[in-house]
Amino acid sequence: MTTAVLAAPRGPLRGLSDFLLRRPGVYLALLLTPPLLWLGIIYLGSLFALLAQSFFSIDEFSGTIDYTLTLSTYGQLFQLANLDIVIRTVAMAAAVTLASAALAFPIAYYAARYARGRMKAAFYLLVMMPLWSSYLVKVYAWKLILAKEGIVSWAAQSLGLTWLVDAILAIPVIGGPSLSTSYIGTFLTFTYVWLPYMILPLQASLERVPHNLVEASQDLGARPGQTFRHVILPLALPGMIAGSIFTFSLTLGDYIIPQIVGGSTLFIGQAVLTQQGTAGNVPLAAAFTVVPVAIMGLYLWAAKRMGAFDAL
Amino acid sequence: MTSSAPAVRFRAVARHFGAVRAVDGVDLDIAPGEFFSMLGPSGSGKTTCLRLIAGFEQPSEGEIEIFGVPSAGVPPYARAVNTVFQDYALFPHMNVLDNVAYGLMVKGVPKAQRHAEARAALALVRLDSHGERRPAQLSGGQRQRVALARALVNKPRVLLLDEPLGALDLKLREEMQVELKALQRKLGTTFVFVTHDQGEALSMSDRVAVFAEGRIVQVGPPEDIYERPRTPFVARFVGASNVIEAGLAQALGGPAAPCSLRPEALSLLDGPAPEGWASLPGRIEDAQYHGASRRLLVAVDAATRLAVALPAAEGAGLAPGAAVTLGFPLSALWAMEAV
Repeated sequence: MTTAVLAAPRGPLRGLSDFLLRRPGVYLALLLTPPLLWLGIIYLGSLFALLAQSFFSIDEFSGTIDYTLTLSTYGQLFQLANLDIVIRTVAMAAAVTLASAALAFPIAYYAARYARGRMKAAFYLLVMMPLWSSYLVKVYAWKLILAKEGIVSWAAQSLGLTWLVDAILAIPVIGGPSLSTSYIGTFLTFTYVWLPYMILPLQASLERVPHNLVEASQDLGARPGQTFRHVILPLALPGMIAGSIFTFSLTLGDYIIPQIVGGSTLFIGQAVLTQQGTAGNVPLAAAFTVVPVAIMGLYLWAAKRMGAFDAL
Repeated sequence: MTSSAPAVRFRAVARHFGAVRAVDGVDLDIAPGEFFSMLGPSGSGKTTCLRLIAGFEQPSEGEIEIFGVPSAGVPPYARAVNTVFQDYALFPHMNVLDNVAYGLMVKGVPKAQRHAEARAALALVRLDSHGERRPAQLSGGQRQRVALARALVNKPRVLLLDEPLGALDLKLREEMQVELKALQRKLGTTFVFVTHDQGEALSMSDRVAVFAEGRIVQVGPPEDIYERPRTPFVARFVGASNVIEAGLAQALGGPAAPCSLRPEALSLLDGPAPEGWASLPGRIEDAQYHGASRRLLVAVDAATRLAVALPAAEGAGLAPGAAVTLGFPLSALWAMEAV
């Protein structure tokens, strides 16, 4: 009795799997069509529709949209009051990104280099846990923490550090009547909320830095600071850029945090909300939305030019 | 620091990882300019010894001196030794020239000078035209040579090589053996070479230390290690030698100790044994043709199988199952320590 060398085909599923094995192109097309349709139509389609809106303008008297192509809406964007919103938002996003990177690096480095087994599980749990609770709950929690009668001022009072809080609040521009109504408060809340998005990609990229490269650097005479600067940082840079794309773009587009924690001045997200809502100026709202897209494009281009992705 | 100090000296060095005694009481002197090999199976402690010299590990007990200077507490970057890593450990984000110049760069050598020196080091390993490439664009053998140049450009007092040829194919490995040995002769640098390949250790080294279970079993010139193994472990590991148990050795007229008997000392007898020879009847279990030689595995009793290496011209037509008589001069029996 001999066993068959090739099992005979049986059933329609087996027939399909045989067909796909012979035609890998069809297989790939089957896998990719649904996500490509989703990205192509739903995402890119709406993005271009938005982009198109920004080249229309609004009729000042009737409040209706004039569908002739014009750059006048972009002209409006560069008026001082609107430019102010753009600069404020970009500065906030940059500050939040830098602070996130600085805070995330030691945590990610510890998790990638030293944490093993249970410690690693605890790390993932602690980093992800804030993501489990509602974003609004966290933001309101921060409002309470930072409020004039809140936890921070209470703690400062108990420790006799009220003068320090007052000194910080007295700093021009970023200070204010209380932490929860100043840019400092907005900054702290943003940094807290987006920090996990910086830690995780950074940790993943640090994890991929082979330890023998660190040893090779030491072996060749590099002191710890030099090893960090010339080997670890460049190799972790793609992860840091990936994280900064999250923190930067999420801050650029957010309209809830500055609404709840912070002063009365607008950020891009709030400007978009008011322009397309109460003001009914959809073209200007669209022009505002193009700003983060353009900034992220420039940012990635600059990062690539500076060799941030060379280690990929 | 004295000029007569050994390049590397281990004094009762031990390195424990928890309950594991990776290195367990090693004493060792490596002379300046020597090509010294550490040979042993994986887990025998040879790589840990290398890492102790490099400074990646600190000894749990004992002392290591490098050119007479105690190395306790000296970090890797402050040691005048350089390492060629097993998988090369080239920096993927730098081109070949910057990889080689790295050691000079961190010491603050100006760019023009360090690039000139790096080019000279690349020329030494015949890769001077590849400076602008990325490590990923090189073959395994080329990466190996870049790693060598990157270490040598720093003019180390001791060069540590951790199984540097392990990832190369056989032909390339043989070429690199010749190249490495020639380079070492030319530069006069002390080389400490870790390998599990006995052929590599024997062919390149001035002296070999055989490691087993965290200890050095034997240290000496390759001829000593191969022809006069101290223990059955060394005989088996280094030369694939036959080990004759003490009882059988005595019965054949040899010493009352376990003896090593090299495969090439055995031959086939078709008459009575000559004066001073021993003869042993047996049955062939396996016969292999190796081009230059023919290798037989012969069972002489229930517990003993002897490997026999014959010139290829002899023993043609022998197949498993055939009865043969083996003979060897009694002087070929080398008495070892029982372990």
